[in-house]
Amino acid sequence: MDVREFVKPKMNPNIPQISPGDTVKVSLKAMEGDKERLQHFQGVVIKMRKGVDGGSFMVRRVSYGIGVERTFPFQSPSVQNVVVLRHGQVRRAKLYYMRRLSVKQARLKERREKALEQAMPQEEEPRKEEQSSE
Amino acid sequence: MFPGIIGKKIGMTQLFQESGETVAVTAIQAGPSVVTQVKSRDRDGYDAIQVGFIENKVKQSQLSSPEKGHLRGLENVRYLREFRADDISSVKRGDKVDVGFLKHGDLINVIGFSKGRGFAGVVKRHHFSGGPKTHGQTDRHRAPGSIGATTFPGRVLKGKRMAGHMGNRRVTARNLEVIQADPERNLLLVKGAVPGADGGLLVIEKVR
Repeated sequence: MDVREFVKPKMNPNIPQISPGDTVKVSLKAMEGDKERLQHFQGVVIKMRKGVDGGSFMVRRVSYGIGVERTFPFQSPSVQNVVVLRHGQVRRAKLYYMRRLSVKQARLKERREKALEQAMPQEEEPRKEEQSSE
Repeated sequence: MFPGIIGKKIGMTQLFQESGETVAVTAIQAGPSVVTQVKSRDRDGYDAIQVGFIENKVKQSQLSSPEKGHLRGLENVRYLREFRADDISSVKRGDKVDVGFLKHGDLINVIGFSKGRGFAGVVKRHHFSGGPKTHGQTDRHRAPGSIGATTFPGRVLKGKRMAGHMGNRRVTARNLEVIQADPERNLLLVKGAVPGADGGLLVIEKVR
């Protein structure tokens, strides 16, 4: 018996398809006193998890020299928007090794990804055609 | 209305409340059930309602002769459970029971059989800390240590916690909060954990 047959996770429709290594900007609803405002958290997706609760993803950023990681459930209603800023080329599903790397090392890795990314077929169709016609 | 219902544990998951808080819930397939007997103070010495858990796969041949007689005219049920009731006047044999008598915020007790652990050592069963892992220790890592004194008292005291069978016993989880009760789907969502493995039989009674 799978709970999901009985209680389907209500996935937040504001969260697009993402994958580990992506640089994303997550916009959250945050309460300030009794005013609601949007709070943004930008970083690299270092972990994604599936599960009966719909799963979650973890975003890591380095803020003022301190690594900050936040986990967002895919069911979370407080996530207002997620923008994928860059697809990173990574070779594993869990990027825990990023924690050991300095900002510079992590950044170097990302720059290399960018170069690789252009050589790789993207989900955007027009770009693919351009490459094949060259 | 009804004092309780029989169910099956489906499993646990997590829900978001409207306030944005998450709550861990156990999903229970509660019912449908049928009232198989109403016991009265006059006839039986106490007031109670006996309920059977309706599953689709109980064949006639799976019942014993006494069961067949007891369930004549009703669905075949494998499990019968009894609930003490204050008021039996509104209930009669053959009535269907669903989770409609529960609503969000109600408190319930859930009775089940805990997962069996077999013959378990003292570390798992009673949370003893075991022996040292190093400093020349052999075979002492999960040992219970001393179990008593010497000539006086010359015996092991009664109730001394030792290794033995663990789990697979009746456990009641009390005062659990109902998060959602859906009579149409026979689905009950309860805040927190409930005894037993997924698929295990549960008895759910409303806290009076």
